[in-house]
This record gives sequence, structure tokens and C-alpha cells, in this order.
Amino acid sequence: MSEEYDAVIIGGGVNGLGTAYHLGKKGSTDVVVLDKSYLGYGASGRNGGGIRQQWTSEENIKLALESRKMFEKLNEELEEDLEFYQGGYLVLSFDEEEAEEFKENVKRQNRLGVESEFLSPEEAKEIVPELDISEVVAATFNQSDGTIYPFKVIHGYANRVREMGIEVKEHTEVTDIVTDGEEIKKVKTDKGEIKTDTVVNAAGGWSSQVAEMAGAEIPNVPVRHEIMVTEPFERFLEPMVISFKHGIYFSQSEHGNIVGGIGNPDEEPGINQKGSLWFLKTFSDTLLDFIPRFSAVNMIRQWAGLYDTTPDAQPILGSVPEVERFYQVNGFSGHGFMVSPMVDKVTAELVMGEEPSMDIERLKVERFEDMDIEEEGAVVG
Amino acid sequence: MTIVVCRCEDVTEEDIVEAIEEGYDELEKLKRHLRLGMGPCQGKTCMLIARRILGRETGKSVDDMDTPTARPPSQPVPFSLLASPEECEEDE
Repeated sequence: MSEEYDAVIIGGGVNGLGTAYHLGKKGSTDVVVLDKSYLGYGASGRNGGGIRQQWTSEENIKLALESRKMFEKLNEELEEDLEFYQGGYLVLSFDEEEAEEFKENVKRQNRLGVESEFLSPEEAKEIVPELDISEVVAATFNQSDGTIYPFKVIHGYANRVREMGIEVKEHTEVTDIVTDGEEIKKVKTDKGEIKTDTVVNAAGGWSSQVAEMAGAEIPNVPVRHEIMVTEPFERFLEPMVISFKHGIYFSQSEHGNIVGGIGNPDEEPGINQKGSLWFLKTFSDTLLDFIPRFSAVNMIRQWAGLYDTTPDAQPILGSVPEVERFYQVNGFSGHGFMVSPMVDKVTAELVMGEEPSMDIERLKVERFEDMDIEEEGAVVG
Repeated sequence: MTIVVCRCEDVTEEDIVEAIEEGYDELEKLKRHLRLGMGPCQGKTCMLIARRILGRETGKSVDDMDTPTARPPSQPVPFSLLASPEECEEDE
């Protein structure tokens, strides 16, 4: 294989394929998407499918709000039933101090156009009648949040971009990015070389490795997060329920399964996608504290994926100082799926040299050098 | 004649053949596209049959196919068995 493309996208997850889709819509189809495994092998095929707009940083709120609007139209665009169910996100607080922060978060979200509400524990129980609210202090809720079936989104993008004439090559691993000074010359893979001057780094948990190949530095660190699914049953739970204090999230998919995870604060960074007994026990304990009625429900599978984490839990977008035309779409820190539509649109605009629909200056990697960073405070799992 | 391959998720032989024709030509992709093997039995019944169908339709040798990773638990387990004893309340 010795080929030439206008742009090479590394990573066949939602952001790589989504960026390809937006490039294709602009008529730029001389593009190849590479994945070292099958599409969605990384976090895009391992996440809980949550679509949430209740964030604390202004950038994340804006990205999530615009993305939710785009997700609402995506069924039609991708000609695929993506199982987007807007049952809301119910965020629970277990202490007064956090409840005060929730009030501020809601104000900020409302000001930016997200219609979240501050609720009492009793109001939360009206939304999830089986919820044990004995220790709940307050909650926030946003009806237009929800869940989606990630595989359908990935396959929907892949099918549409292939129709546009964009190449999608699976089982093709990038081994090097060759540069001359600040210019990209080619991408080497285990299947051959590709000439290009433009590379999009959408490699999720492997993004910092890919950046290093090009001689660029990004601060991303992969961290394992575990997740599980139960047998499916009739709808019992409308919203996604989350708690930052416990690190837990769970929802019921359109198909009927409860899908949920819990973060391990002591997790060692690194590439590890295996399940653990710690997770099985801790998740079960915590879930039954929230909803005792789940005790008889069967768990059928647990697995794990990587959060591509950054120091401020916000994504890294746009160009880098070391190399020209090397665009980052990574560092999503566990919320890359839900902001993908807007992020991918903006990335395609940057690749095409257009004015981006949203100002992403504060999301470029240079922020860690020369700006006051605002840490996102609403990460779960 | 309709042959049901995945009994948990109601996936037929015809569904699998159609999906392979649409480009879902690996077990990992068939699994995600059709939910094949994602039900309570976790593919114990259907995966071997699906491999043979995939081999027949694509000409690939079943020995060369990647098999989806078997994940714990090996059979469905209620949360009450996994949680600490004090967390479990009687279920009606």
C-alpha cells in the first residue's frame, strides 16, 4: 500500500468517523480513516451511551448543548435508528456543600441555554420512584439529556462516509508519522505508507502515543474505567442516574438493559481494558444503596475501556505548536461521545481552513502553558 | 425455514447473512450490529454457529477469526450475590 490522501484520520471511533463525516459533507472526500482494530474498539464502543449537558465548564456546556441538538437530527442524517432516548439525567447530591454548587451549576447552565432544574429529594423520587432518597440532599435534572446506542452511531457514520467515497481501513495500525521540520510528510502503518500533509489525532486512549510519533506533546493519560450490563427488562428507569460523590452512573437502554459503571479513585493510569472483582462488588454495593429493588436483577457482562484524561478534564482540540496541520480531537476524559457532533463539525472546519462555528482557543493544548485553566468539575465514572 | 441462531436476542441465520453482505464481516461487528451473543447466555450458544456462517459466507477459515472476549461473570449473577450481605434487602 502506497497511497496519498488530503487527510489521514487516526482512530475509527465516534470522533474520527464523525470528523470524516463532516469533511465529506463539505465535499472533502480524499480522506482515509485508520483504526488499528475494528471500528469502536476503543472507548466509543465501550461507553455507557450517556448524552449529558449538565456540565460545569462553559466550553463543555456549550459543546454538549450544541451536540445534543445535533444528536436529535442524527437518526435522519445517518439513516439509522440510533436509539436516542431523552429520559433525562438525574444528578444526585449527598452533601450540603455540593448542593450549593449544584445551584450555581444550574444557573450557569440555564444562562447558556441548558434547561436544567434544581430539585428536592422528593422531586427526584417522583422521577425515579424506586430511588432510596434517605441520604440524598438535592438533585438536578435535565429532560433533554439521555442515552444513545454507541455502535449504531459508529456504524451509521462509517456507512455514510464510505458512501461519500471516504476510505475506512480497519486493522491498520499507525507506526510512525514522518515530518520534515514542521510539515507532515507521511503516515507509516503496518500495511504500508500514506503520503499526506494533514493528520487528525482521534486515537482516544492512544492519543498521546500518536502525538509522540509526530513529535508533538499532549498531556493525555489513559485510565481504565469499568462498566457492566444486566439482562434486559421492561422500562423501569427513565433517566440516567449519577452521583459524583460515589462515581456511579446507571441508566436503562432502549433495549431494556441496565448499563452502568463506577470509577475507582485508586485506578493506576495505563492501558488496561480488563474487568476486576473490585468493580463487581463496589458497583453492586453502591447500586443497591441507590435502588434496593435491583437486588434480584442479573448482571450478564462486565468490561472496561479507557478515559483519555487531561489535567482539566476538558478535551484537546485544534492545532499544536510543534507540527503544522496536526489536529487534535482527544483528551475527552470520559465524555467524548456526548460532545462528538459539535467537536467533529469544528474539527472539520479547522481542517478545511474555515472559521470554526465555536471558539476553541481555550481548548487547544497551549492552554496548559499560558492560560488559567478551568477544571471541569462534573466528571463521573 | 427460519433458523434462530441467537436465542437470547432473536437473531436468525438470515439476519446474519444479510449483515455480512452489508459489510459486518467480523464476529465483533456482527455482535455489535445485531446484539448477537449479547443476551443472558453471552454467546455460549450462538457464537460457534455464527462463526460457521461467517466462514461459509466470506470464505474465511474459522481458525483465523477473532472471537469476542469472554467477559465475567460466566453466567448471569444477581446483584444480591455480588454485593456485601448488609446491602441486600429481601426482594418480594
